[in-house]
Amino acid sequence: MNSMLLQINYHPEKRCAMFSQQLVNGITAGGMYALIALGYTMVYGILKIINFAHGDIFMIGSFIGLILVKQVHLGLIPAMLISMLIVALLGIVVERIAYRPLRNSAKIAPLLSALGVSIFLTNFAQLVWGTQTRAFPSSFQITTFQVGNVALSSMQIYTLLISILLMVGLYLFVQKSKLGVAMRATSHSVENARLMGINVDNIISLTFGIGSALAAAAGILVGLYYDAVYPVMGYTAGLKAFTAAVLGGIGSIPGAMLGGLLLGVFENLGAAYLSMGYRDAIAFGLLIIILLIKPTGLLGKNIQQKV
Amino acid sequence: MIEVIKRVVSRPQASLGLLAVLAVLPLFIKSDYLVHVLITVGLYVVLSLSLNLVSGFTGQLSIGHAAFYGIGAYVTALLMLRLNMPYWATIPIAGIITALFGLILGLPTLRLRGDYLAIVTLGFGEIVRLVFLNWDSLTRGPMGLPGIPSPQIGSLIFTSKIPFYFLILAILVITVLFMVRVAESEFGLSLIAVSHDELAAEAVGIPTLRAKLLAFVFSALFAGIAGGYYATYISFVSPDSFTFMDSVTILSMVVLGGLASIPGVVIGAIVLGLAPEVLRFMADYRMLLYGALMVIMMIYKPDGFWGAKHRVRNAVLKNLEKKHTRVKRGEPLDSK
Repeated sequence: MNSMLLQINYHPEKRCAMFSQQLVNGITAGGMYALIALGYTMVYGILKIINFAHGDIFMIGSFIGLILVKQVHLGLIPAMLISMLIVALLGIVVERIAYRPLRNSAKIAPLLSALGVSIFLTNFAQLVWGTQTRAFPSSFQITTFQVGNVALSSMQIYTLLISILLMVGLYLFVQKSKLGVAMRATSHSVENARLMGINVDNIISLTFGIGSALAAAAGILVGLYYDAVYPVMGYTAGLKAFTAAVLGGIGSIPGAMLGGLLLGVFENLGAAYLSMGYRDAIAFGLLIIILLIKPTGLLGKNIQQKV
Repeated sequence: MIEVIKRVVSRPQASLGLLAVLAVLPLFIKSDYLVHVLITVGLYVVLSLSLNLVSGFTGQLSIGHAAFYGIGAYVTALLMLRLNMPYWATIPIAGIITALFGLILGLPTLRLRGDYLAIVTLGFGEIVRLVFLNWDSLTRGPMGLPGIPSPQIGSLIFTSKIPFYFLILAILVITVLFMVRVAESEFGLSLIAVSHDELAAEAVGIPTLRAKLLAFVFSALFAGIAGGYYATYISFVSPDSFTFMDSVTILSMVVLGGLASIPGVVIGAIVLGLAPEVLRFMADYRMLLYGALMVIMMIYKPDGFWGAKHRVRNAVLKNLEKKHTRVKRGEPLDSK
């Protein structure tokens, strides 16, 4: 029995198939991480705070999508759009209540305030929707294609397509539109942006809205992909997305996309070749190593400390 | 009103009086539940004070403190279960091992500051918990380690909650004395200098790296001892007791009490430690309220209960101020 296992493991073709399969799974997961990571990175880029409630906003988005599909019987795409809209509003409200009054206070205050919002939202979800894990019914037939050695499900293709579509949309918005330019200016320097006549408060609200909407979309995709929605799902997903944002260079939008993909791939390969149980530990270990070697991440700007 | 309370609490006689009250308290409390609540609060006070050394005095934000607590608990549990060691012998070992981990976590502070450091501590906390969860052969994974024996003095085995109460009181007193001593020492002053402006501290010749590392080491040491106590008191450890939420709870106690203020942190730990018991009537809404209160507190009183004005006045600093006034008045410095 043991020798047979060894044979399979050391069979070059099988190893190659396993590698490509994990690569595909990793890219799919990475796309979803990237969507959540964008919210962290955009907020950090402007306000320099870690929005610890972002993972919970992602979870709320997933639940709203689930309700719209299951109880209102909407299609997946309309459900996703409505959930994105509601959650964008939620993100804006959270910023107004919990972060705006603290904009000029010490670093630790917004962090704890964010943790407070996170605790509030998790417990709110537990009260309203219960603590059990719910299945996310997919309204479409899932077929699996065999490409070479790799099994590719239609779910993975949809997930990846939607992620890419949203990211390209965001990229175009930030690069080409007037509001996008204002966002970039604010992220560069809040004071200078204000001097240029940009309404910084509105831009910050917009940033929270867009970030939260992307997290809601990711919430629905993750719920569908793993067929599970539960109140504490935002915790690990949020932490990993944050890892992705740091990996790519926090504050950088292309960095978040790259970081998400890399994290998804590393994690899946690590889980396959090293140990399943340590999958999350691999992600956090990677995070610490990146921070120690290059704290600005792969695509981040160098921040010089002024004396 | 609050000012009067603060002035009274600041006096050494008040501390002695409080200690006397705490020492005879178990005579009047007949309910095991109340003693348990007191023990839990005591444990939180020790944990908050230990975190305060890093996050309060030194200003290095740490959101992975439960990891040290957990390492201390697991080391004590394993030594007692596998090697049949008595609890008393495990205290120094658990303390030293946790302190070593503190040194390891302190090393990143040489390069990282602020949010980035907070994330490293968070990642460290998660990795430690995942190791508890996955190292089945040693920690039995999610099932945890049950049946940890109670401490024993001669023929007296700790069976009721009363001896445990006195044990945590002793640990607490030692911790408070240590922290007060640190606050009044030159080491404490260098920690505060690091928290105010690291570059400036470095520039005036304070060994900032050594100060930061030592802060992490002592912080971990006390958290580890608290963890060992927890293991023998509850007689069961599992990865569920040392989560991110536990780290957040300890940090909230420090911040809500007032960073870098010893009485503040003690009050913060007592208030937040009692809150879950007092709010018990709210049942399911308890944590919802807790989250909302955290936000409100940060908005209206970001300095904590014990505002910045009442932070520790370092003895070295006081001495310098005294000398300064003497020089101003033209008095000679060395005369009494």
